[in-house]
Parts: sequence; C-alpha cells; structure tokens
Amino acid sequence: MSDIAERVKKIVVEHLGVEEAKVTETASFIDDLGADSLDTVELVMAFEEEFGIEIPDDAAEKILTVKDAIDFIQSKSA
Amino acid sequence: MRRVVVTGLGLVTPLGVGVQHNWDRLIAGTSGISAISRFDVSDIPCKVAGQVPRGTEVEGGFIPDAYVSPKDQKKIDDFILYAIGAADEAIKDSGWKPADDEQAERTGVMIGSGIGGLPAIYDGSVLLAEKGPRRLSPFFIPSALINLASGHVSIIHGYKGPNHSVVTACSTGAHALGDAARLIALDDADVMVAGGTEAAVSRLGLAGFAAARALSTGYNDTPEKASRPYDKGRDGFVMGEGAGVVVLEELEHAKKRGAKIYAEIVGYGMSGDAYHITAPAEDGNGGFRSMRMALKRAGLNTDEIDYINAHGTSTPVGDLIELGAVRRLFGDDLSGASMSSTKSAIGHLLGAAGSVEAIYSILSIRDQVVPPTLNLEDPSEGTEGADLVPLKAKERKVRAALSNSFGFGGTNASLVFKQFA
Repeated sequence: MSDIAERVKKIVVEHLGVEEAKVTETASFIDDLGADSLDTVELVMAFEEEFGIEIPDDAAEKILTVKDAIDFIQSKSA
Repeated sequence: MRRVVVTGLGLVTPLGVGVQHNWDRLIAGTSGISAISRFDVSDIPCKVAGQVPRGTEVEGGFIPDAYVSPKDQKKIDDFILYAIGAADEAIKDSGWKPADDEQAERTGVMIGSGIGGLPAIYDGSVLLAEKGPRRLSPFFIPSALINLASGHVSIIHGYKGPNHSVVTACSTGAHALGDAARLIALDDADVMVAGGTEAAVSRLGLAGFAAARALSTGYNDTPEKASRPYDKGRDGFVMGEGAGVVVLEELEHAKKRGAKIYAEIVGYGMSGDAYHITAPAEDGNGGFRSMRMALKRAGLNTDEIDYINAHGTSTPVGDLIELGAVRRLFGDDLSGASMSSTKSAIGHLLGAAGSVEAIYSILSIRDQVVPPTLNLEDPSEGTEGADLVPLKAKERKVRAALSNSFGFGGTNASLVFKQFA
C-alpha cells in the first residue's frame, strides 16, 4: 500500500470514527462508512490540509470512495 | 387549560453532573466557583467563574463521551453538549419513551440559550481571518446555532413534536419552561423537554461581560467568595455554565403511565422593563409585574409561596431592586417566605439560570428544605426583615416556590411551582 493510501485511510478513520478494517479502497464514504454530505466536505478539507493541495468543488463532488480520494491525490502529487 | 406537571429533571452545573449530586452539594453549602484555568485571563479583570467539572477523576465530572461520540463532539459547541447531557438525565428520570409515531409527534423540545456557540464563533472568526474561508468547517454554523440544542435532543430521542428555542438572555431558561408548559396546556403537545443551556465561559464571553463592567473583580484570590448576593461586599456577578432541563407533561398523561410527579407548574409571568439595555428599571416595576402575573395565573396568594429563588446575581444595584419588588408584592416580611440566591454557589448561568434555578425550586418543594445564599456574611442595608437564608440551608415547609429570572434588554420571567398532592 502506498504512503498516500495509508495517509488517506488514517484521515478517514479519524474523521468518520470508523474501524480501520472497514476503510477498504472500494468503501463509499456515504454508503459504507456512515458519512453525510457535510462529513464529506470536511473530509475533503482534511485531505487538502494533509497533502497541501487544493481540491476544487467539481472534483470534490466526484470523490465518493476511498479509492477516488487516493487516485485524485496521486494525480495531483505525481 | 390542561394542567402541566414536572416528571423529569436533569442538571449539568458547576457543582457537577446529576440532580441529586447537585442538590446534596448545594444544600451542604458547597461553592462551584473556581479560578479560570482553561484560557488566558491575565489581561481580564475577572479571573473566576463557575465551570462544569470534567472527566472521570472528579465526582460528578462531565464526560462528553457518555453522550456523544468523539467524532460528533467536534460538530457541536459545548452549550449543545451540556443540553444533551442534562436532557439525557431528565428523560431517563421521567421514564418517558414514545412507543409509536403518534406519541413521538406529541413530544417536543424547547431548549434555549442566551448566547449560544460563542466559543465556536470565536474560533471560526480567528480561522477565517488567519486561513481564509476554505478552511472553515461545514459544521461551523450548526455547531453554534442556538436552536440546535433542541435539534440535537430531538434527533437523539426521536421527538417529532414542536421543536422550538428561546432566546431571552438571562431569563431564557425560565421562558423556555413557561412557554413549553403553555404548548402542553394548549394541547399542542403532551410532553415537552424544556430548559436552558449556556457555555460562554470563554475568553470572548468573559472579556465581553468585563467590558460591560458587570463582573466581580475583587475576589480573584478567593473564588468561592466572589458570588455574594445581598452582602455588602458584592461587586458584580460571576459567570457560570451548564444546563438545566426538565420533562414537562400533561397531568393525565403522566398519571396514566404512573409517572413520578415532582410538582405542578402553576404560574408563569412575563414582562418588559422598556427602560435600558442592561440595567433594570430602578423601581423594579418589570420584576414586580412579572411576579404578580405569575401568582395571578397560579391563583395563589403571597402567603402561599414559601420559597422564592431570586434572580439575585450579586450586582450592587440589581439585588436590592429585586428585593424591593418582592417586598412591594409580598410585604416587608415577604409574607413569611424564605428567599435565597443559588447563584451564590454556581454563579450566573445566563440562559441556563432560569431552568437550573427552577429545578432547585422544585427540589425545595420535594425535600422541604431551602438552599442557602452563600457568602451573605454582612447583609446590605435594606435587607432587614427578609429571610435571605444566609450561609446555611434551612428546613421548612415549602408548599409552593417562585423562581425569578431577569435578562438584558429588560425582559423578565417568573415561574411558580406547587406541591402536587
């Protein structure tokens, strides 16, 4: 697992208060991890902070799963 | 109109969490006022407050995790957290749990706050100034909105009846109980979870009241002496925080399910001073009319009121104006009633004061004992002939109790509770 994936999962665990084992790459923030729309906004802010990037609103709307987040961040930091 | 009784009580105050714990300490004459250590007070003239004790190490300490998951705690400011805690105790105490949708729709919430999420607004403002709007949490607004105390309690417990909130500064808690009782009396609900909550003991809150020259500044080295209503040495109020929540219920509804009934809420009076934004009218006319209206509604004479829980904030001007208004209505000897200010023990809980003090008044009826006015060592001139219950609690007959709350803006509320026989 890449460093980015690990950091993303750590943030998800902290912000959504879910067990680490549940945070698989295919897990959907809303459907699988109990997040609501405001949680996902905050999650995106946490990713921005952690990785020092900016995630525009139209991109943020497409980040629905753990993998979506990892892929987006990887594309930004590549 | 339908009759309304009190069937559940919940408290979070500087004396700790829990009604019985609070009451035992209050009757024992314990002070909940201490030096402020949570934030910097080096440049603020008042350095003491009534702070809710936290953690498992202290008896009666407030434990946020007991009510809200750590993940959700950051979405709510402390005033909401205290309300959730006090409501939890009151609801469990009442034993009320709606069995179906119909009952849920007849159960409502009316919890108010004087100031709301001041610490959250402060933090949000600093963050906005330093890092810009993109760093502001989506939970910022809902963490600070006053009616979110009622909102969260309704969401946690599934109450779908009237969801309302009162904002009348330091009379909030009293207005909330009075208004909620009205909703039941008028058949808009059968059960209302009602009260006030406040958590403004913060750098911004303290500095703000200090700027208004409202706070005690002479007892920073002896915090437990700072709140001293009616005493010659009083020099301003002491901020407090916490929440008081009650379960109000229509009489027949309570009887039918065999609920324990603490007291009946029989009187509610309101008035406006139309005088000044922060000072009470010198003739005490607003408080006088509020009390008179509450007694009239209760159908009680002054000699049937045995205990008066005063607004009594320990300010040089306000205490004697209130006493003057009480004397005008009750006579110089207060018609034999005892009158004390429990703010001497917990400070001024602002929007929570009225509901916390209503609970203390109800307990005085339950246990036939009236709580003391702490630090009343050298009574002010003008207090002669009034039993202000100095220093020690007093066992006495209490058939009915009157609780006063007055707020900035010249708003007044009085509640009357009567022993339920």
